[in-house]
Amino acid sequence: MSEIKPFIFYTRLHLTELTGIKACSIDDMRKILDYIPGSSVYHHTHRFLQQHQYASPEPPNDFAYWVKNSLSEDELAERLSSINIIEYDSINGIRTGIASVLNDFAQQYPVRASRVVNPGDEFYFLKSVSFIFPSGYSASDTAGLADGIERATTDSLYFHIFESRLRLEKGGNDISAWIEENIGNIKLAQELKRFDPYTHTMEELRGSIVRVLRRAS
Amino acid sequence: MAKIEDYAAVTGQPVIDDLRRISEKLAGKNVRHVNSTAVGGGVAEILNRMVPLLNELGVESQWDVIKGGEEFFNVTKKFHNAIHGSHEKLTRRDFDLFMETGRANMASMKLDGDIIYIHDPQPIVLVEKKQQNKWIWRCHIDASNPQQDVWEFLMQFIMKFDAAVFSAPSFTGQMAIRQFLIAPSIDPLSEKNRELSAEEMDSVMRKYSIPEDKPLVTQISRFDRLKDPLGVIEAYKKVKKNVDCRLLLAGGGASDDPEGAQVLAEVQEMAKNDPDIIVLLMPHDEVAVNAIQRRSTVIVQKSLKEGFGLTVSEALWKGKPVVASAVGGIPLQVAHKYSGMLCHSIDGAAFAIKQLLSNPAYARKLGENGREHVRNNFLITRHLKEYILLFLSLYHNEDVVSL
Repeated sequence: MSEIKPFIFYTRLHLTELTGIKACSIDDMRKILDYIPGSSVYHHTHRFLQQHQYASPEPPNDFAYWVKNSLSEDELAERLSSINIIEYDSINGIRTGIASVLNDFAQQYPVRASRVVNPGDEFYFLKSVSFIFPSGYSASDTAGLADGIERATTDSLYFHIFESRLRLEKGGNDISAWIEENIGNIKLAQELKRFDPYTHTMEELRGSIVRVLRRAS
Repeated sequence: MAKIEDYAAVTGQPVIDDLRRISEKLAGKNVRHVNSTAVGGGVAEILNRMVPLLNELGVESQWDVIKGGEEFFNVTKKFHNAIHGSHEKLTRRDFDLFMETGRANMASMKLDGDIIYIHDPQPIVLVEKKQQNKWIWRCHIDASNPQQDVWEFLMQFIMKFDAAVFSAPSFTGQMAIRQFLIAPSIDPLSEKNRELSAEEMDSVMRKYSIPEDKPLVTQISRFDRLKDPLGVIEAYKKVKKNVDCRLLLAGGGASDDPEGAQVLAEVQEMAKNDPDIIVLLMPHDEVAVNAIQRRSTVIVQKSLKEGFGLTVSEALWKGKPVVASAVGGIPLQVAHKYSGMLCHSIDGAAFAIKQLLSNPAYARKLGENGREHVRNNFLITRHLKEYILLFLSLYHNEDVVSL
């Protein structure tokens, strides 16, 4: 095995940018999804997770939330919130997944898809601008990694689990990738890769990862 | 006044450490805020807290106030109302006066900072003096349905800025410049929001003669039609048929506002035959607002129109279950059935209040979620972070910025 490169803890803070684009119906949403930037799709599938991480281990995406609360299309909302984001390696993949559910609905129920929401209930497309910087912490073994994850901010943990996988398109989370490449413990890396982070709150996720790392230390 | 380290007790030390790290990225830059008043109003209140904290973090910040006579501020008041969507008749003379005052300020003010941050329309003309530095326009007003002549007039200036900032997505449309969403915030260490002892709360409840033998449903707002106090009474009456409770409508500032006095009279008339409705015209008393919110069972904000509605965040911060209208910035603060209940009508408000009074465990859970939601999203520390990121964004156009 080559020399161990330290795991550098990064953090990311985000600022929300307004696109000024809004959807008034499912048909509008389908059209806009075609051209809206990936950072907007990312924002609306991950915002709830960041802003309401304490409330629910299975946060809905904004599209599902809007369809349910503004259009009362419960079945469509359920289909949208059931989209398994962990199965996608890229934001464009998620975009296609959401568009496909909306297109199926529009084909089956064209009148309902064209129904316009009440004024004030429109869906506003936003996007996330991420600022990534080193947090000042690093680790060079699994015990140090567990210590670092225990004290990392939610933003830092969030970056290594969600953001680097999708926005930087690394394919997996940073923690399992580092263990595989630097510690060489494939079994441990696989165990960490199997976690579906979308079904945990951030604090549960932190606890689970630390437990697995401590057991292996 | 609280120091930045004092906030670590509320947010955790890592949040403060992150603020220090990103502030370092602005080393050498200075920011000049400009607004139209040093005291009174939400913008001055925010700048009074933000400017010292930014300086403490090492982001060199100044704050200047433009000068203008009564006539100028009468015009800007009309602008304000027109942006909010109420029809205002503006004459050629009004627009000329706005320009003359703006240019007089331009001639006398120092506007050579790295970043010039203009708050609201009053100082907007200053952007004509823009050089190579960066300029931001912060709109604190709901501009979702502005009067066209006023908005078109302002747009000629807005387009000269590098970025604009709004409090809610619905407050703006598409523009050629970058637009950011930054919500206002509450200060958890202020008199209105800090923890209170039981003795302090008892003292307030005694002072204002508010009995505590029944669940207390409270709305704290000016006596203003847009806050719909009469609608709150109607909702309470529907609740009262099934659940015994008391309604408190508390607010200040009505005495010098002719319409406010009229609304207050209508509220008193509607409340007069029910001893369980308390109508309280209060002086400015932040500790009293704090105590009343903390002693309430359910807090209501049944506004018909709202800017951002920070009273909702204040209530949520105290862990209270909230029933609020889905208007203005309120849906950003309340996720329906997660961190409170949203309503669209008197019936909806009544139903939600009844649900919360009848299910204390559910109400408690919503209140706890609400407090965490505010901790994560509506405290002054988040506001500081977003200001710093906004300043950094002026030097980076990409969506993922490596610092």
